[in-house]
Amino acid sequence: MNGAHDMGGMHGMGPIDTDPNDPLFHAEWERRAFAVTLALGFHGRWNIDTSRHARENRHPLDYLGSSYFELWFKAVEKLALDTGLMTADEVATGTPAALADTPPPNPERVAAILRKGVSAKLPDTVPPRFQVGARVLVREVTTPRHTRVPRYCRGRTGVIDRDHGVYVFPDTHAHGEGVKPQHCYSVRFTGQELWGDTAPARDAIYIDLWDDYLEPAP
Amino acid sequence: MTNRFNYPTDREAHNAARAKALQALLIEKGVITSSTVDTVLQVFETKMGPFNGAKVVARAWVDPAFKERLITDTTAAVAEVDGLPDVMTGAEGEHMRAVANGPGVHNLIICTLCSCYPWPVLGLPPYWYKDPTFRSRAAREPRAVLKEFGLDIPTSTEVKVWDSSAQIRWFVVPERPDGTDGLGEEELAALVTPESMMGVAVATAA
Repeated sequence: MNGAHDMGGMHGMGPIDTDPNDPLFHAEWERRAFAVTLALGFHGRWNIDTSRHARENRHPLDYLGSSYFELWFKAVEKLALDTGLMTADEVATGTPAALADTPPPNPERVAAILRKGVSAKLPDTVPPRFQVGARVLVREVTTPRHTRVPRYCRGRTGVIDRDHGVYVFPDTHAHGEGVKPQHCYSVRFTGQELWGDTAPARDAIYIDLWDDYLEPAP
Repeated sequence: MTNRFNYPTDREAHNAARAKALQALLIEKGVITSSTVDTVLQVFETKMGPFNGAKVVARAWVDPAFKERLITDTTAAVAEVDGLPDVMTGAEGEHMRAVANGPGVHNLIICTLCSCYPWPVLGLPPYWYKDPTFRSRAAREPRAVLKEFGLDIPTSTEVKVWDSSAQIRWFVVPERPDGTDGLGEEELAALVTPESMMGVAVATAA
């Protein structure tokens, strides 16, 4: 989707706001929002791509006007409501109407999954459409659905720098339509291809892109 | 008509109350337990952090063959390093790739779409990394951004920006600072800052 989250190259932002003593969380509620988001994920009712889409699929003013953890909070609330982990009435009253229909995630299992991770890599059963060194064009496709093609590279030409192997495809996975196994590549674009002649000649951006986003460059 | 600019005046207090109420509701309903939440926080607040990445980089500085393996098969190489916690291929570290700075090459890690970051080696990202300003500008004008961080990259050096748009989590192996010949791995690790592993700083001798 062409959402407010897709920020690469936007203008008007001003200086970077750094803070050498930046804490992980600015407030206790942010810490809660983060931990509750991860904890609820262990019910398996959504995946990482669904949750990204829940954060991104909102009015641009809402996205840009929300702090980072406000977006997390809004998304996890929506996901929990949409998947029946709680109801709007329960949120309004603060009181459960019924107990959960599935047991809470076991802390030992939670710890084990956080330790081991959840791989997005799939068995290498699909051939790559492109070889390292191939020139590729990013397809000029726009969709209101979830996607991981930054809009700043659409319609631009790059070179396959390395093949990461076969990965879950977020564009279908976010919508419960399966993992659609396909290769994901690091694609090298020159700064000038993306930003024009005033970009320094030697600079490059590498973007991780899936087969479905690419076609052979003419 | 919806007023999209109608934020509560006590926004932080409002957020705090809502987050607390949500957590209490979910616990009372049996959707989560407080120990689930504590388990999650314990991993991020004690096990994952830049202290892990620093050990990996220090090893790369003293062992060129290890550095080579770190670049070609990052997760396998990280698994070789002694003294790291049991989370190194854990959440957001399943598919890590290291890129090395060197003469004529400077790398910078970004995520224009959200906030992707290699949690096991670097921990949770700082706020500025997730902020619209860095996300928008680092893609278009990395040299101007690096200058704000105090890094003036010569025009003869190639700047490579890595946009973490998939599940690959990139991090930078900075160059070993001059004047550190006699130092051991532990002393070297102390010189490796999180910023140097993101590419917004270089490592310097103490």
